Amino acid sequence: MKDFPGDTASAEHGWLKAHKWLLLRRFSQIGVLALFLAGPLAGVWIVTGNLSASMTLGVLPLTDPLLLAQSMLSGAWPVLSGAIGALIVLVFYALVGGRVFCSWVCPVNLVTDLAAWLGRRFDIRAAGRLSRDLRYWILALVLFFPLVTGVIVWEYLNPVSMAHRGLIFGLGWAWTILVAVLLYDLLIVRRGWCGHLCPVGAFYSLVGMRAAVRVSAEGRSRCDDCTDCFHICPEPQVIKPALKGAARGRGPIITDLNCTNCGRCIDVCSKRVFRFRMGDRRPIEVPVELPDAQSHRVRTHPFS
Amino acid sequence: MTNESPKPSKPLNRRQFITGVMKTACGVGLFGLGLGLYSQRASSLPAWAIRPPGAIPEDDFNGACIRCGLCVRDCPFDMLHLAKLGEEVPTGTPYFIAREAGCEMCEDIPCVAACPTNALDHALEDILDADMGLAVLIDQENCIAVQGLRCEVCFNICPVRNAALTLDMQHNTRSGKHARFIPVVHSDHCTGCGKCEEACILDEAAIKVLPRHLAKGKLGAHYRLGWEQKRQAGEALVTPDVEHRYNLPEGMRYEHGGQGLIDESAPGQPESPFPGDPLETLNRKGAL
Amino acid sequence: MTMTRREFIKSQAVAAAAAVAGASLPAGVLAQTQDQPLDLNVRWDKAPCRFCGTGCSVLVGVKDGQVVASQGDPDAPVNRGLNCIKGYFLPKILYGKDRLTQPLLRKKDGQFDKEGSFEAVSWDEAFDVMAEHWKKAIKRSLEENKGKSVDEMTSRVGMFGSGQWTVWEGYAASKLLKGGMRSNNLDPNARHCMASAVGGFIRAFGIDEPMGCYDDLEHADVFVLWGANMAEMHPILWSRLTDTRLTRPGCEVHVLSTFEHRCFELADNPMVFTPQTDLAILNYIANHIIQAKAYNQAFIDKHVQFETATTDIGYGLRPTDPREQKAANSGVGKKLPSSFEAFAKQVEPYTLEYVSALSGVPQENLLRLAKAYADPKRKVSSFWTMGFNQHTRGVWVNNNCYNVHLLMGKISEPGNSPFSLTGQPSACGTAREVGTFAHRLPADLVVKKPEHRAFAEKLWKLPEDTIPGKVGYHAVLMHRMMKDGKLNCYWQMCNNNMQAAANLNEESYPGWRNPDVFVTVSDPYPTVSAQAADLVLPTAMWVEKEGAYGNAERRTQFWREQVAPPGQSKSDVWQIMEFAKRFKVEDVWPEEQVAKMPEYAGKTLYEVLYTNGQVDKFPFDGKVVDDRGNAYQNHESTDFGYYVQKGLFEEYRLFNSGPDIIKKGHEMAEFEAYHKTRGLRWPVLDGKETLWRFREGYDPHVREYNPEVAKGDVYFYGNANGRANVIFAPYEPPAESPDEEFDLWLCTGRVLEHWHSGSMTRRVPELYRAVPDAVVYMSKDDAKQRRLRDGQMAVISSRRGEIKARVETRGRNRPPNGLVFVPWFDANRLVNKLTLDATDPLSKETDYKKCACKVMRA
Repeated sequence: MKDFPGDTASAEHGWLKAHKWLLLRRFSQIGVLALFLAGPLAGVWIVTGNLSASMTLGVLPLTDPLLLAQSMLSGAWPVLSGAIGALIVLVFYALVGGRVFCSWVCPVNLVTDLAAWLGRRFDIRAAGRLSRDLRYWILALVLFFPLVTGVIVWEYLNPVSMAHRGLIFGLGWAWTILVAVLLYDLLIVRRGWCGHLCPVGAFYSLVGMRAAVRVSAEGRSRCDDCTDCFHICPEPQVIKPALKGAARGRGPIITDLNCTNCGRCIDVCSKRVFRFRMGDRRPIEVPVELPDAQSHRVRTHPFS
Repeated sequence: MTNESPKPSKPLNRRQFITGVMKTACGVGLFGLGLGLYSQRASSLPAWAIRPPGAIPEDDFNGACIRCGLCVRDCPFDMLHLAKLGEEVPTGTPYFIAREAGCEMCEDIPCVAACPTNALDHALEDILDADMGLAVLIDQENCIAVQGLRCEVCFNICPVRNAALTLDMQHNTRSGKHARFIPVVHSDHCTGCGKCEEACILDEAAIKVLPRHLAKGKLGAHYRLGWEQKRQAGEALVTPDVEHRYNLPEGMRYEHGGQGLIDESAPGQPESPFPGDPLETLNRKGAL
Repeated sequence: MTMTRREFIKSQAVAAAAAVAGASLPAGVLAQTQDQPLDLNVRWDKAPCRFCGTGCSVLVGVKDGQVVASQGDPDAPVNRGLNCIKGYFLPKILYGKDRLTQPLLRKKDGQFDKEGSFEAVSWDEAFDVMAEHWKKAIKRSLEENKGKSVDEMTSRVGMFGSGQWTVWEGYAASKLLKGGMRSNNLDPNARHCMASAVGGFIRAFGIDEPMGCYDDLEHADVFVLWGANMAEMHPILWSRLTDTRLTRPGCEVHVLSTFEHRCFELADNPMVFTPQTDLAILNYIANHIIQAKAYNQAFIDKHVQFETATTDIGYGLRPTDPREQKAANSGVGKKLPSSFEAFAKQVEPYTLEYVSALSGVPQENLLRLAKAYADPKRKVSSFWTMGFNQHTRGVWVNNNCYNVHLLMGKISEPGNSPFSLTGQPSACGTAREVGTFAHRLPADLVVKKPEHRAFAEKLWKLPEDTIPGKVGYHAVLMHRMMKDGKLNCYWQMCNNNMQAAANLNEESYPGWRNPDVFVTVSDPYPTVSAQAADLVLPTAMWVEKEGAYGNAERRTQFWREQVAPPGQSKSDVWQIMEFAKRFKVEDVWPEEQVAKMPEYAGKTLYEVLYTNGQVDKFPFDGKVVDDRGNAYQNHESTDFGYYVQKGLFEEYRLFNSGPDIIKKGHEMAEFEAYHKTRGLRWPVLDGKETLWRFREGYDPHVREYNPEVAKGDVYFYGNANGRANVIFAPYEPPAESPDEEFDLWLCTGRVLEHWHSGSMTRRVPELYRAVPDAVVYMSKDDAKQRRLRDGQMAVISSRRGEIKARVETRGRNRPPNGLVFVPWFDANRLVNKLTLDATDPLSKETDYKKCACKVMRA
């Protein structure tokens, strides 16, 4: 019987420790949903609206910057609270990592994670191949549409807002899109939605290009090549340069902008190779591996 | 990090790269075309769905609205819906159905205040300037007020009182001694709030709110209603008529602008034609 | 902020929705006949509308024992096929989902308990428990009355009836209480509605009810509305008035009110006056007529007598109230003789300048109004309802209006008509004509006069001095007496007095819940009254029984029982007569009274009062058949074994049409005649209706009383001298006016869509949707001053209580600054928690139009 990624870590460090970031992440995802749902379900109005734009306690506006950008490209001018809301969101994700949205907030992640888990559990191998850069093309398209049509076309399909709005305001037929995403991820392209197509993720990738919070393979010297991290990672291509790049003089920090900061690699590694670290403000623990300390800031152009 | 190939370590040559990009672009282009066509169908608003006050024209609205539902949440009367996927209304956009619950026209317009994008135009400061649609008395056969019954629920509930909806009082020729109070909508003042449609007591509302472009006719560009123009100008647009005089037999009078021929000796006149004050008669111009 | 406001509105909405149970019609009703062939399976029969005093006729469509359809009666003279919005929904009022279908008694551990919860009981148990309480109270009364003369007798039992009772229900109740139980504590809700009008008629003309009829509406040149929102309260009459305004050259409409309402839309001369100053405005008009020498000297000489009212008469409050103690002549109604010259002198201070300043009405408007009355060539009809009647000087203001008409002789002819409109469908027919007031007997007789009592006792075959001579407790006094423990049994029928009576917190509720009081409420629905009662009796309504109503123009209309009442519901007349079976004469009369007619010994009141050879005179063969051969049920007649309604009506006719009647002028046709007509306007003589009373040619009584009368001349035969009284009454301030703390006038009233307390119309989903909740109508300025926006929840409070309602500044009623208007139909917002139980000391009618309140943000 094939070992699941993280089985070894569970055995060595205990189940809880091997699922720490997963649990925190689920807590975050469900917590965000719960905050939105507390109003309509329990009458406790802490946050109103949805991920597209919300108002917390009547004072804190948050706006989806991608949506606002589309809205503006269609020719509409936001009001101050809407613009401030978008700015807050941008600054936040620019600091903590753009795709923190994907792994810690986005409700679709629950679906795609489920697809990935089902794939591992039942050994279903989606054989489809797609370019992981496709999402940037789609992002361009998404921004192009309102410019020429004056309509936020993406919102007719966007599973992210559809799912979140649906959970709060009523799902309608939006569940079909979620099922489609699930089946697509499970049967057609592994990690197909979040890892290849989703322009929202692509947008946040760009936002988090210079994020301070990163995963670092600081203990990469301890790596025993079990590949658990590769198997669990929704964007496995991001790990290798940091984990195996010592030889080529690359730093241990995962600098790829597609990394979602989900922390699953940290969880599943029995050798405790990975950890989160904050920007450049703290010395890196393994100075041996820092011949070219600046190189972790190498920009990886998505279209190159 | 372009294409995830089985052997990522192997560098790509230029030709492969360009082919890949082209393939992707074509795929995305086709996808975009489909999405665009789908969106065109999906962004048409059915006539029964009414946007909240301050909503900018529908074409722009679908660009400006980011589907956040804040307007829905801030409506103190809970009468706005956020369209779900599969409904006829563009997904995620706010609307209400007048028959279910019309807009209460809050003075502070909380829905507009909540909108982060000006899809509900923040320039709308007076709710009376809102233009959600236009009420139309669409079924005069079944409207019981038109039939002479004293209903007038639509008139009584209209928040733009006696301006958006007035009652046209007419003699009921059938009963002979009752007046009919016929509801008439005035497009200058109607905000399309839909309270009339909501309140209409018929099994199917006889008065309905429609999008303005469906509800309104348009007078020929060349034509003016003379009496309206005169009223607006406050005087005749041309030089007023001179005084007229007539050849008339004894006992007859002729009013140029009024009743026309008046038989002053006619029996059965309810009252004397003379006003109580003799000075009024003596000083009247053109009476002789 | 948003959160709290939202929550609040939501919780209100939920509460309102929960309080209103929907009504739905039986299946198959909804089809419109408009482009469909006639449904031949529906049986159609006529009935007067259940609601206001207009008296529209409708056709009721019955199929399979259900009222499935209705239509305005195209052949009815009043409405010619039209209805208002309430009339449109008539069938639905029968089918509210929460109809009461069995008697409900407050019980704890299987026993009656004032603090218990309502449990279903049988009619037997209900009446047993009720009779036990009534017998106990009557026993106490019998002891208290020992040695007292008939003029001093009091009673501890009472009944609160209705201007919505059918004629025979009121008659049977009057007989049971006054003739059977020897209690004059019988008053109708018409006390809240028409009592001041009655007082005005009796003081001026010596006989009740309008001299004119609705045909005045087609013949007047000038209409003046005094405190009558006809546009909403008499919708069909308003459409007639409007039609005349539209089609009659020179016709104009003057509207006076303390706030702008829907009638102002038609007003040529709109006038908003300061509350209570209508008294002064009418005196100004009288003064103007006299100063301009416009009065009709010949008419005054021949037909008018001048009197002056006793002044400073208080406000009908409890005697302990400082306002009563301060009043020099609290409650004194005595009129003093006067003369034209004296009258002229009395109205002289009411100059245009003074009255304009006092009332706030611009001089030119007042002058225009006065000129309309003073113009001998123009026919003036004045209409009024609650603005005049619910007034601490209601009788005075009624009379001040007659004064103006009498000075000009503009009365008793087509178009010249001072016309008191009634609110209820049978305020005239039942409350007034049958005499269900604490001081009245049928056909304008009164309990105070021994000869009237003797006449009634003779017709009722009762021993001498059975009917007490002391006036019973009137509506407001009943609540006070219940609170004080002096009225111990109270039976409310066909109205909702807990919601309707003023000062709920201080008087009504403490009275009803007094442990020494047993309250029975007969109603089709669980009303606010039923909630406060001890015993609730399920009651048949409208066409679930055979009935008769008398409308505001003296028109008596009949209907047959169309459908059976639901469950164990019984009509009021059945309840009254059945309850009478529980009492033997010995239970209610002292020995010496029984001894006067020993043949009654051991008999029940039912036998004495109803199987007396008159009421049970007409046999019943199991069905009522109309002239088209349709058969109708009649549950009461089936149960009692004779044609109950016919017997009661024919006995009642002995009072107004019998051979030796005391007061002529109320004659009615025989029972069967009314089932064949769309109603007849009394007096009906030789089968002919009377349109205008007191005028030769129109009214045969005139020549009968005054054989010398000139052709077409008038004779006011209600008064012995044939003259009508012009009675001077001054302006006196209201009982309570706004002050610093309670800085607004509060005026209450109705809306078109809901009838009275809303117990029927709020169960019609469409009407509920049209007007779901009562709102507080106020001016934009007043709202702004209180930081209130349209639609916001506000607290309205007075010295007596508070309620919450949403603010409406752009609605149908537009109060001036300083006044708010709140409708009283809403059981969730009982505005009578705020109102003051000040009454007209003469008519004992509450002033619901004026008290002081304040409005704040909720």
